[in-house]
Amino acid sequence: MSKVRVLVGTRKGAFILTADGKREKWDVSGPHFTGWEVFHMKGSPVNPDRIYASQTSSWSGQVLQCSDDGGKTWYAPGGGIGKSPQGWPMGESNRFVYDATAAPLTTHQWYDGTQHPWEFKRVWHLEPSLTDANTVYAGVEDAAIFRSTDGAHSWQELSGLRGHGTGPKWQPGAGGMCLHTIILDPSNPKRIYIAISAAGAFRSDDGGETWKPINRGLRSQYIPDQDAEVGHCVHHIAMHPEKPGTLFMQKHWDVMRSDDAGDNWKEVSGNLPTDFGFVIDVHAHEPETIYVVPIKSDSEHFPLDGALRVYRSRSGGNEWEALTKGLPQENCYVNILRDAMAVDRLDECGIYFGTTGGQVYASSDAGDSWKPIVRDLPPVLSVEVQTLP
Amino acid sequence: MTSQVRVALPQHLRTLAHIEGSEVVVEVEGPVTQRSVLDALEARYPMLRGTIRDHDTLKRRPFMRFFACEEDLSHESLDAPLPDPVAAGKEPFLVIGAIAGG
Repeated sequence: MSKVRVLVGTRKGAFILTADGKREKWDVSGPHFTGWEVFHMKGSPVNPDRIYASQTSSWSGQVLQCSDDGGKTWYAPGGGIGKSPQGWPMGESNRFVYDATAAPLTTHQWYDGTQHPWEFKRVWHLEPSLTDANTVYAGVEDAAIFRSTDGAHSWQELSGLRGHGTGPKWQPGAGGMCLHTIILDPSNPKRIYIAISAAGAFRSDDGGETWKPINRGLRSQYIPDQDAEVGHCVHHIAMHPEKPGTLFMQKHWDVMRSDDAGDNWKEVSGNLPTDFGFVIDVHAHEPETIYVVPIKSDSEHFPLDGALRVYRSRSGGNEWEALTKGLPQENCYVNILRDAMAVDRLDECGIYFGTTGGQVYASSDAGDSWKPIVRDLPPVLSVEVQTLP
Repeated sequence: MTSQVRVALPQHLRTLAHIEGSEVVVEVEGPVTQRSVLDALEARYPMLRGTIRDHDTLKRRPFMRFFACEEDLSHESLDAPLPDPVAAGKEPFLVIGAIAGG
């Protein structure tokens, strides 16, 4: 029987939730990396027991962790300078150095509009390759994309993105200037999509060497030129693997879609009660069924009216229905952060999301009803799901 | 001359480096300074590289502090001699996570 493994990153460690295909009884393991922020964990599609984790703290910075047994044990991948006298791996896997030779380290816009130097802070998102378990991409703050081809032992920046030339117009959102979304096109190994708060979406059609902004159709009131080429605060992008030219975006405000690989976007917020939010995802088997969690506003980061509602559109946007069964409908003031929603690929698609209140909710009927798997974790930063044989 | 220097690390770094107990002892060749102690520490526990000071600039991370003998040495020169009791192994060199860093 199939089973699912839910990888949960939180403010104070990581948790792994597993269940069989019925998704009724859950085993909870963790916390892993106790006391550290775990921004993201994701398993390799090639070898699901290979899981990468981004472990970070304001004290000690970035650490990369790796598991080869589905999260039971972890190690910091070694580097090119060998093992320690005790046989432990060397600490090069946390070394993210911008390639200033290929693309000079410029400045970006600070909150007050002045220019600010680029500085590495943390890894927000890890995206394992679709074809090689040892290749993984990292989206980092300050915004850049790195790639490792040796199992996260060492990292090289794909500097064509940061060197695009528009960097002085990129600016941090409330969470920092982060590259938080990386999507690999399963139909075209050269095509990569990324998104940055607050610069916008970019696409590479040559495996990450060069990039173009893909923000036509976005309008943002917090930049002087509201439909500028860059400067938009894209919160998350989702794609169905069988329909890779269609992208769905939760922008700061506005839910958007593109049917031409990001070249043009149109708004599909439709009847949503508020179109601010962070997460967006696509049903595993229905490329036009999408999910968002509307949040009241960019200053009130909680659900409208204290009622936690997932909204589902079965028409690729515009027409939305509220999904409330099993979710708190009063006195709920949590947030759902941008990487904290995922879907499984079982026949009856499961949907999962985590909250800043420490709950992880699951639906095993495509969103019709929900149950908490856990209620009292630290604030949830990310949720990923693996569907295992 | 080789000195045996005691280094006390915060719990989160002891966990990362698989260190039991609150202190480790590192062997330091030559003058005992912040630089030589941290070099020796990182040579023995390579996974600590980048977690106390920057990989390349060797600058102390903003939320890490260095104390010894009831003094804050965080802003002393990397190459200034550490107090004699530290060099003699009588007092530990304390690597502390700042109170606001968590």
